[in-house]
Amino acid sequence: MEWVDFFLQQLITGLSNGMIIALIAIGYTMVYGIIELINFAHGDLFMLGAFLALTVLGAFGLGDWSGASAWAAVVIMLIASAGFCGALNWGVDRLAYKPLRNASKLSLLVSAIGASFILVNLGLFWGGLPMDVFAGGVAAAAPKDFPALVPNTNLLGDDSLVQFTPKDVLVWAVTVPLMIGLTWIVTRTRLGKAMRATAQNPVAARLMGIDTDRVIGATFLIGGALGGFASVIYSLYNNTISFQMGYRAGMDAFTAAVLGGIGSMPGAVTGALVIGLVRSMSDAYLETRWTNTIVFGILVLILIFRPSGLLGSRAKEKV
Amino acid sequence: MRRVPVPILAYFAVMAALPLFMGASGLFYDAFQAIFVFSLVGLGLNVVTGFTGLLNLGMAAFMAIGAYTFAILTSDIYPFQIGFWWGILATVAIGAVAGFLLGAPTLGLSGDYLAIVTMGFGEITLDVLKNLDAVTKGTQGINPLPRPTFGSWSLDLQEERGWYWLLLGFVLLAVLAVRRLERSRSGRAWLSIREDALASQCMGIPPKLTKMIAFATGSALAALGGALFAALLSSTGEPASYDFQVSILALCIVIVGGMGSVAGTLVGAVVMVGMNSLVLVKLADWAGAAGVGNASNVLASPNNWKYLIFGLALILVVRLKPDGLLPPRLEGSAS
Repeated sequence: MEWVDFFLQQLITGLSNGMIIALIAIGYTMVYGIIELINFAHGDLFMLGAFLALTVLGAFGLGDWSGASAWAAVVIMLIASAGFCGALNWGVDRLAYKPLRNASKLSLLVSAIGASFILVNLGLFWGGLPMDVFAGGVAAAAPKDFPALVPNTNLLGDDSLVQFTPKDVLVWAVTVPLMIGLTWIVTRTRLGKAMRATAQNPVAARLMGIDTDRVIGATFLIGGALGGFASVIYSLYNNTISFQMGYRAGMDAFTAAVLGGIGSMPGAVTGALVIGLVRSMSDAYLETRWTNTIVFGILVLILIFRPSGLLGSRAKEKV
Repeated sequence: MRRVPVPILAYFAVMAALPLFMGASGLFYDAFQAIFVFSLVGLGLNVVTGFTGLLNLGMAAFMAIGAYTFAILTSDIYPFQIGFWWGILATVAIGAVAGFLLGAPTLGLSGDYLAIVTMGFGEITLDVLKNLDAVTKGTQGINPLPRPTFGSWSLDLQEERGWYWLLLGFVLLAVLAVRRLERSRSGRAWLSIREDALASQCMGIPPKLTKMIAFATGSALAALGGALFAALLSSTGEPASYDFQVSILALCIVIVGGMGSVAGTLVGAVVMVGMNSLVLVKLADWAGAAGVGNASNVLASPNNWKYLIFGLALILVVRLKPDGLLPPRLEGSAS
């Protein structure tokens, strides 16, 4: 039953990629839910997270990573990138978005586009660092190889036609606990309650004594940290990074967030899994070059027939 | 009829006179020809986003539709070959129809969903242009394209001044048309939809049709810009010339200039496109002359600072001048 194996393979690839997209998409959906901003800079933040991870790895030296030391390096990179991206996202909010809280939504969006451009440019500079991991920094704009710390061996045995590798395990081992933790924060903690209140009605939340600025800051911090985690597992999964990858990743993630119903976290995850699956199926059964068209075509169709996304609850505009 | 405001008169007077002081060729013309093309696209987006309040992140797609329509209708590798002027007319018409057709199923969506659909439309258009290389000639682009003719005389590609004034003439036509539309029944309907959709519907304004007309107008102008862009290069260029960055550039022009302001859009195009194709190129020249622009250090080449400067400029403008450089005057204050 070769076609079953082939199909299963696409299923695994699609779901793993979908889970990575989901982590980025949650960052979009959280920020949108709370200040109604399409945070254009989020994809580029993700890109910088990958560059930081590579730098951290380079600081330890490009040795022969294997076994326990490789896994230790993965953990260190995850923590470093998550911390870095969380702090950076918080900083971007402080500098570029917070002064515009009372301005029009469009000004806020333009500011986000500006922030995105700056981050892309920083990524370009970063690639020029004179480190071995960046090939001495000679061709700053060129894609960088990301060392394969996580092996690509088949856990189902060498005879199996279906590949299920430690990379897939890594993706699920990182994303699932993070999503459970996030759900716990949002539904069970004081901060989560404040976040939901601010998302629902910021004025009323302030009247109830919620420090909405702090809540918004925390939202950016958490969303950014998730993007940082995503950047490390993305890099370990694909083994190549580039300063321009934020655009594609951001586009996929944002599409996923809208597909699922923006503002809804389960929606973002659902949307991301759909996008991941559609991508892998289209790559395999149709042609790779039409994949983007299919992803966006599906998005447009779903929005036309279900304007608030798959799991979104907001009603259609009145007029 | 209302008098044309001073900034617009001054703009056209200065722009028309500038080439007389600038020599017959050079960087100046590349920059300003691009500025005029993007003024047209910006004017179109100003109708959609500025007047009607609909966020469109896919203007580049309409530019591309314009460029490729014009190319297919006029190039000698296709059977139509209807010539420059008929080609421009047909392109504007097809641009309007394309905007109308995209608008029909999507304009019921609320703001941000509409934005993402237009962005998706931009991506789909780009992919279709890339992948249908039998028709679009892939990365080569369709070329050559015909020159504009006036009687028996035709405008040579090297004739930089002629192209400059031709494009400026199209911008002038577009400005007159947009200002006329702004004061028409449709124009007043656009503004009322932007200000209060529910109230305007209660006054009997059909929201969807009004939005569709705005979309069609904006797309027609963007298509015109695209067609002229292609004619100027005598090639459509590769499909990547119409990517998301271009849509964002158009949006920045409108917002930096001042949403809903025709004069603002013209100024926005000068600032944003001028920075891109004049200031940075000049800086790179100077750096090269001073010998600091070596390839081994990424920081040394001014071109590598492009996005940083662009991004900072955007953030500073919305912070310091949130209504844009030339915000629209309130209706009724100057009649």
